[in-house]
Amino acid sequence: MSEHVDVAKLREKFAAAVLDVSEFRKETTVVVQKEEIVPICRFLKEELGYNFLTDLCGVDYLGKSPRFMVVYHLYKISGHQRLRIKAPVEEKTPRIDTVSGVWATANWLERECWDLMGITFAGHPDPRRILLPEDWEGHPLRKDYPVQGPEREPYQGRLS
Amino acid sequence: MAMTETMTINMGPQHPSTHGVLQLVLELDGETVVKATPHIGFLHRGIEKLSEHRTYHQVIPLTDRLDYLAPMHNNLGYCLAVEKLAGITDQIPERAQVIRVIMAELTRLKSHLVWLACHALDIGAMTVFIYCFRERERIMNFYEQLSGARMTSNYLRIGGLMADLPDGIEKEIREFVEEMPTHIDTYEGLLTGNKIWQKRIIGVGVISAEDAIDLGVTGPSLRGSGVDWDLRRDQAYSGYENYDFQVAVGQDCDTWSRYLVRLVEMRESCKIVRQALDRLKPGPVLADVPKICLPPKKDVVNTIEGLIHHFKIISEGFKTEPGEIYVGVENPKGEVGFYLVSDGSAKPYRMRIRPASFINLQALPMMVEGSMIADVVAVIGTLDIVLGEIDR
Repeated sequence: MSEHVDVAKLREKFAAAVLDVSEFRKETTVVVQKEEIVPICRFLKEELGYNFLTDLCGVDYLGKSPRFMVVYHLYKISGHQRLRIKAPVEEKTPRIDTVSGVWATANWLERECWDLMGITFAGHPDPRRILLPEDWEGHPLRKDYPVQGPEREPYQGRLS
Repeated sequence: MAMTETMTINMGPQHPSTHGVLQLVLELDGETVVKATPHIGFLHRGIEKLSEHRTYHQVIPLTDRLDYLAPMHNNLGYCLAVEKLAGITDQIPERAQVIRVIMAELTRLKSHLVWLACHALDIGAMTVFIYCFRERERIMNFYEQLSGARMTSNYLRIGGLMADLPDGIEKEIREFVEEMPTHIDTYEGLLTGNKIWQKRIIGVGVISAEDAIDLGVTGPSLRGSGVDWDLRRDQAYSGYENYDFQVAVGQDCDTWSRYLVRLVEMRESCKIVRQALDRLKPGPVLADVPKICLPPKKDVVNTIEGLIHHFKIISEGFKTEPGEIYVGVENPKGEVGFYLVSDGSAKPYRMRIRPASFINLQALPMMVEGSMIADVVAVIGTLDIVLGEIDR
């Protein structure tokens, strides 16, 4: 698969930062160190042509270490190629550099990730909550946040 | 000597032109917008959090309520994602694929009719609103005949469809798409040559192709800026490679261009539905995967395997392999994607929805700074945003 050509070039340039490459149902995922995320993204955009950031989100793997994973879905418009980059973020310092300098679309997506997951993006031009009110406390999409909301009796019945 | 300062006004969450609960804080210098800040989140229902506590089948009604103007497209995107995760994409029957395409294109027509109606109404053309909603009623009748609900259809299932088409509906759909181009001609006759429409639309809300790609804009808003990208053609799903249709790409990067792109898309949708109706052959509409797809009712009441499978699927759900996938579909608003992370259990560990309207709305401040308030209304209409998808 030609995606591996790009992954091979990525591995060549950032050999220390690429932690893992896996493939599932014909989709390639590359796990990289979070410290190198901005140079890697810049390399992918400028040298390899992944000019479209489809999506940026966080996943909370409560109980595992590192706890969070920031997931970037990239797309190469000219080659119709998708690629997924993941960067693990640990619980004690949930910070990662912002990629809004590489793709402007990351601005609101990172705000949403901060709002719902609590992952700080260093260098973000506008770090405010976006979906929840400014004075909300807590980060609802984390696994330890109750689904019925704060300050309510836990739901006693079946959820499904 | 006059001292000028800017005035900040609020285009509140309740406003007839904001297409939902969108709050725009506008900083104005006279009538010109200096800065526009969208505030969203008034319709946030926590769909991503809720879906972590429901089985894969139970999430389908939640996806209806994302982009509530194109519910079958959200169903389609989610079902394709779960089918890919479960590995049953090859087993979906041909008839189900064709009906999915028919309903997806009728949904595109439905969504674009609302776009045209509300965009024209905001600018002042009230007749177009009534005409578009008249056609939209007919599509909602089809929805009701198929699934029982006019808007939140919940018609697609993992592995196929909820039920087969009722008798006689193929003829009605064919009649509808045969006369739809005449209706589109009527709308064009009212708007395209209209000097007021042209003056309000041409040159408004300009966004270049590089800025659009950088900001993540997708769908007709991106194609209006000259970028030739359509997921139905480039990453074909659900049998779209079998249909012959053209992708509309505009050249002028402004609201006029996006208007023309969406009108052409409406005509192409009629073409695709006609081709799909010709391809329709009798057959099953749900994949024969007993562990995942609900068995037919006569098996549930007559055979023990059917009963056990039904019970297990409803109460527990089906388990998938641990892994993650992303599937994007070409929603009328843009690329709506579903990123599912599975940890091997019967519920999605994480469901992330790539919200096309949310990312398109990010381009609004850039498109609007320097224009007048009336242009803000035109740009909100042309971006075709739906707050259900923005806020989830």
